[in-house]
Amino acid sequence: MSNATLPAPISSGAMRRRALADFWFYFSENRGAVIGFWIFLALVVVALFAPLLAPHDPTQQFRDALLVPPFWQEGGRSEFLLGTDAIGRDILSRLIYGAQYSLFIGVVVVSIALVGGIIIGLIAGFFGGWIDTVIMRVMDVILAFPSLLLALVLVAVLGPGLVNAMIAIALVLQPHFARLTRAAVMSEKNREYVIAARLAGAGRLRLMFKTILPNCLAPLIVQGTLSFSNAILDAAALGFLGMGAQPPTPEWGTMLAEAREFILRAWWVVTFPGLAILITVLAINLAGDGLRDALDPKLKRS
Amino acid sequence: MLRFILRKLAYLVPTFIGITIVAFGFVRVLPGDPVLLMAGERGVSPERHAQLMAQLGFDRPIWEQYLHYLWGLMHGDFGTSLITTRPVLQEFMTLFPATLELGLCAIVLAVLIGVPAGVLAAVKRGSWFDQLSMGTALVGYSMPIFWWGLLLIILFSGILGWTPVSGRISLLYYFPSVTGFMLIDSLLSGQKGAFASAVSHLVLPTIVLATIPLAVIARQTRSAMLEVLGEDYVRTARAKGLPVRRVVGLHALRNAMIPVITTIGLQIGVLMAGAILTETIFSWPGIGKWMIDSIFRRDYPAVQGGLLLIAGLVMIVNLVVDLLYGLINPRIRHN
Repeated sequence: MSNATLPAPISSGAMRRRALADFWFYFSENRGAVIGFWIFLALVVVALFAPLLAPHDPTQQFRDALLVPPFWQEGGRSEFLLGTDAIGRDILSRLIYGAQYSLFIGVVVVSIALVGGIIIGLIAGFFGGWIDTVIMRVMDVILAFPSLLLALVLVAVLGPGLVNAMIAIALVLQPHFARLTRAAVMSEKNREYVIAARLAGAGRLRLMFKTILPNCLAPLIVQGTLSFSNAILDAAALGFLGMGAQPPTPEWGTMLAEAREFILRAWWVVTFPGLAILITVLAINLAGDGLRDALDPKLKRS
Repeated sequence: MLRFILRKLAYLVPTFIGITIVAFGFVRVLPGDPVLLMAGERGVSPERHAQLMAQLGFDRPIWEQYLHYLWGLMHGDFGTSLITTRPVLQEFMTLFPATLELGLCAIVLAVLIGVPAGVLAAVKRGSWFDQLSMGTALVGYSMPIFWWGLLLIILFSGILGWTPVSGRISLLYYFPSVTGFMLIDSLLSGQKGAFASAVSHLVLPTIVLATIPLAVIARQTRSAMLEVLGEDYVRTARAKGLPVRRVVGLHALRNAMIPVITTIGLQIGVLMAGAILTETIFSWPGIGKWMIDSIFRRDYPAVQGGLLLIAGLVMIVNLVVDLLYGLINPRIRHN
């Protein structure tokens, strides 16, 4: 009964579990967010088990099956459920392998942009003064260019290809993270708990990464999901323009570029890769909306 | 107000210098010899090579090259296209009206549908209209517009045969360019059917380019409206017995429009990025297609000039939006 009078000290593990339960409560209130989350999870599974799920090799050309329509259409064949492209490759298999590329692009781009943006933003916000001014002016310059245009020009400099496209997109998306981190750091750094830590003798690095950063994470996570879908869209756009992944890579944007000349003859070679991009991006955005509602205390209305 | 404007302008100077450094640096960081790179597979003789190096100023120190570049910019010299040998600025100005026409139509469409949809969704929060329109907006926001454009071509040009696939107007019509806007020029020409042809060419690209701004504007309008509708003065107005329509239309909408106008202004960058894709799909002879073509043709002066002009343009539009924002919201001015 002593617990009733003296609150027991809460272990950090219990606190974390509590926070997670809280989070899931708010997140699951948004039906769309939960649907988006499950679709995304399904895509991850598809990407991970692509070799098991895909009926054919994504680059294998069936010379007797050029532009075969999907199975439900006249002339369709059951071995090619979603039909084949102009050189006889199975579209379903290419889409399944394409999931690997899209998710990989999203993860890599967001990781680079997030880590880079956090470090830059922390430095700018923590040190202030001329360091801050210089850094933020550079970010302004990057943001002054339409993102896709800057990414295109960067890829033109670096040379077309998936890796360069990812680097370019990460560079273009990174200022958003830097700005958010800086703003959060500026508002946090004069709060009591930070001053207390400073007085207790915490060093700069500890203050930056252990004291302040964890309290700035919510907007960064929300921006992260947004950037994840943006990265997939931009990479697909670069692929479509011939500047991203190069054929015969089964990247969805690149598949669309290859399919362009057949749009009036074979609707399926165009429709399915785009649908895959749309569903993936939509799922991530749905989940992102839910994340924002769950993490942004301003929108929490109980 | 003047001080506010001057402060905003002063703030832009370093950004603009940064943009010129990026545009200048872009050609310099290309790996390899710049002249050989521009010459491509044709190659050049050693004498011509030295001559070109001197002509382009590559034999001087880098800071001198940059100052020379700035000097040129200040005198309206944005370089010369390697392909057409015309000044880049002139090329840009010739093609810009096409992009402007498309962009204006797209933003008008986005505002005309997005704002009312957002307001209605906020007023009828939780209704089927709210859910349907916001669901649609999220789909639009997630749309790979290059694919969306191809789908529309399949449906409206391929299956239904209603709209042409590419270009700004049918080749049957020819008239001098007066304003550069095909809609106006075709009317001025007085030729029968010219205007209808221009409209039919414009419809699909406009829809494609408007998709993402429309979704963003609808979502932003709804959330701004919801925020304002929860304010005390709105409740007071309702309590006074004013009809809902008047409260929403007069009291709430006016204040909700402030963030919406900012959002609309910020769409200019989105529109420019969208124009690259839209113009490529519909072979629309504007800036976006020109930039892509220039990149593929390795016409680096054109890419350099285009990059600078587009970024400068986006910056100026953002400045105007900022100033408008200060004009309608005095709190910002005195901050």
